[in-house]
Amino acid sequence: MSDTTNQLLDNLNALATGLFLLTAFGIVAMRQARGVLNLFILQSLLLAASAALLGFRHHSEHLYGVALVNLISKPIIVPWLLRKTASAEIYTRREVDQVLNIPTALLIALGLAILSYFLAQPLLNAVAPEYRGPNVPIGIAGLLIGAFTLSVRREALPLLIGLLVMENGAFLAGISISRNLPLLVELAIATDGLIIVFISGVLIRAVQKHVGTTAVGELSSLKEATVEPMEKEGTK
Amino acid sequence: MSVLLVLLLPLIATALVCLPFKKSWAAGVTVVFSLATLVLSARVAWLVSAGNLVTTDLSIGWLKWIAVDGLSALILLLIAFVATTAAIFSVGYMAHGNLKPGKLRLYYINYNLFVFSMLAIPVLAEPTLVWIVVELTTLCSALLVSFENTREALEAAWKYVVLSLMGAGMALFGFLVLFAAMQASGSNDAYTWNNLITAAPTMPPVLLQTAFLLILIGLGTKVGLVPMHTWLPDAHSQAPSPVCALLSGIETSAILYVILRLFPVLHASPNSHAETWALVLGLISVGTAAFLLLQVKDYKRLFAFSTVEHMGIILAAVGLGASVAGYSAMQQIVSHCVTKSFCFFAAGATLMTVGTREIAAVRGLIRKSPIVGAALVFGGLAITGAPPFAVFLSEFSILKAGLTQKEYVATALLAIFIVIAFFGIMLHINRMVFGARENETVAESPNDHSEPENKFHLPFSCQLALILAAIPVLVLGFYIPQPLHDLLTQAAAALTK
Repeated sequence: MSDTTNQLLDNLNALATGLFLLTAFGIVAMRQARGVLNLFILQSLLLAASAALLGFRHHSEHLYGVALVNLISKPIIVPWLLRKTASAEIYTRREVDQVLNIPTALLIALGLAILSYFLAQPLLNAVAPEYRGPNVPIGIAGLLIGAFTLSVRREALPLLIGLLVMENGAFLAGISISRNLPLLVELAIATDGLIIVFISGVLIRAVQKHVGTTAVGELSSLKEATVEPMEKEGTK
Repeated sequence: MSVLLVLLLPLIATALVCLPFKKSWAAGVTVVFSLATLVLSARVAWLVSAGNLVTTDLSIGWLKWIAVDGLSALILLLIAFVATTAAIFSVGYMAHGNLKPGKLRLYYINYNLFVFSMLAIPVLAEPTLVWIVVELTTLCSALLVSFENTREALEAAWKYVVLSLMGAGMALFGFLVLFAAMQASGSNDAYTWNNLITAAPTMPPVLLQTAFLLILIGLGTKVGLVPMHTWLPDAHSQAPSPVCALLSGIETSAILYVILRLFPVLHASPNSHAETWALVLGLISVGTAAFLLLQVKDYKRLFAFSTVEHMGIILAAVGLGASVAGYSAMQQIVSHCVTKSFCFFAAGATLMTVGTREIAAVRGLIRKSPIVGAALVFGGLAITGAPPFAVFLSEFSILKAGLTQKEYVATALLAIFIVIAFFGIMLHINRMVFGARENETVAESPNDHSEPENKFHLPFSCQLALILAAIPVLVLGFYIPQPLHDLLTQAAAALTK
């Protein structure tokens, strides 16, 4: 392959990963639960695009497999599974009272993204030049921003998406530095993601049925100081 | 071949449990299949204790990634043991709840799947596959934690899933970095624990260290190391008691096993600080748990915090130096496993007797049910390391190893925390079992006379499980059989390879 093609592929990959980072910011800022899901789907498509571009660039059929698995599992099966397990109500929720207001949350997310560039630098210096690229820092940023989303959101769906964003981040970094993992492993990891969605969906539905809220993050009756007195159990 | 069967049996049991027969069917199938798993695991452990590496001799698909050495065989055996006693305990415990047949079937389906996912952890030798089954243990047990569908149980399950998976995300990245490190070392071998050790000397240290820290923190969340422990007392106290025995007794150790697998890899690499990390994190966990134990209000949380403490002790023991304290650390894993599962059976029996989890509401248990009261005291003494029980022996040898390593400060801290935890647990248990009821002392109510009548009878299966679990707790306190000794030696050798 000529140098110009490689240059073009690298640039396209940089574009895909850059957009990936933008969707992570979008997930932090978006209030509408439905919108968060859509952004996540978009992010998974970008992850698949990055995997396909890297696969083409480095002649690795294995990365095509990753792209295909991501293309099928996240944009199609995840929403379908959510519809099957949790009720439609979780889509309609709008989170008004976040722990942090949106500008603050975005600023922190931005800080995390910058931090991840510093964290990635020593790792990138240790691997061969062909493994270097924007994937590792942006993947770490996805990991951190996903964890951050988990700590500031209260509604069920954004929390679940936060978990999946973390996984997407780990993957995005993984496809560039460890691209020869057996495809079987990738398949299993993708299946695992689906089980996460399934179990969380079931749990969300149970919370909604028995507790009557979809703001699972607000549950806080289990603490050292106030163990549920037994009278409450009786009155239920 | 028996390794493969060990994995297949719980899956077959899951399929059989799905069949809509009457209530006792699911319970019976689970007991029989877990017994069979135990026998097969014991056979595998026997082969391994002679110094063999047990594989499937097949090289297709993921089967080629099955390999059982001393360390794996030990964990495998313990998982199968607790799975069996917990299955026996479940018979009486779940019948007590008067559940609908469908709900009960759901319990056993999840139970067998959970046991399967745990058994797969030590058997698989490919790190990313191990990561997947670790994740599966979270997912299979989540619905068991939320099984009672109360507000608290659901909250505990949700916290459990979110925090464990958050840790898993970090650990996944850690395992991918580890793979990158292996490739950067120029090794083209398959990604397995053993090949990692071979490749370690030429790995870039920065990649290896990063991977280790990511995995330590990521999986440490699931082990319940402080400060990532916040979900553990909730999940380990809200689940039905047999599940608590599995979660607390062995699941935490099985995850810790994955972390321990990295120690020989880091050993082979120049100037790694794995031991220091383990010692510091372990001591913090032991200390925090010992003080949190004092203010607990729920007796199942009491044992859950004790798990945090014990995981800290094991990690600190490895941190003291795997070559000296490795054997003791393995011994501690065994004694923790048998004792903690016994404690949760005793706690489950208490819950069946009094119907509340609150420590303050339970007084004079020994008068209401002598066997349950005695079991609780036995469990309390055994888990806090009183002689002549198994935990005493292993904790003692860890402290001894600490002194021979000249780590005086760490050893002293460890000893102090263990003593604090002893008083914390025994204070609560003593009040629960022997304490006088508050209204009893204030006014002699006529209820007092009727008390012998409402004595509680523990179902036979629960009694059997308590006895079966008590045998190793007591026996391992003064005698370690030769095959187990060989297995422990093999396991400790795998830590220092």
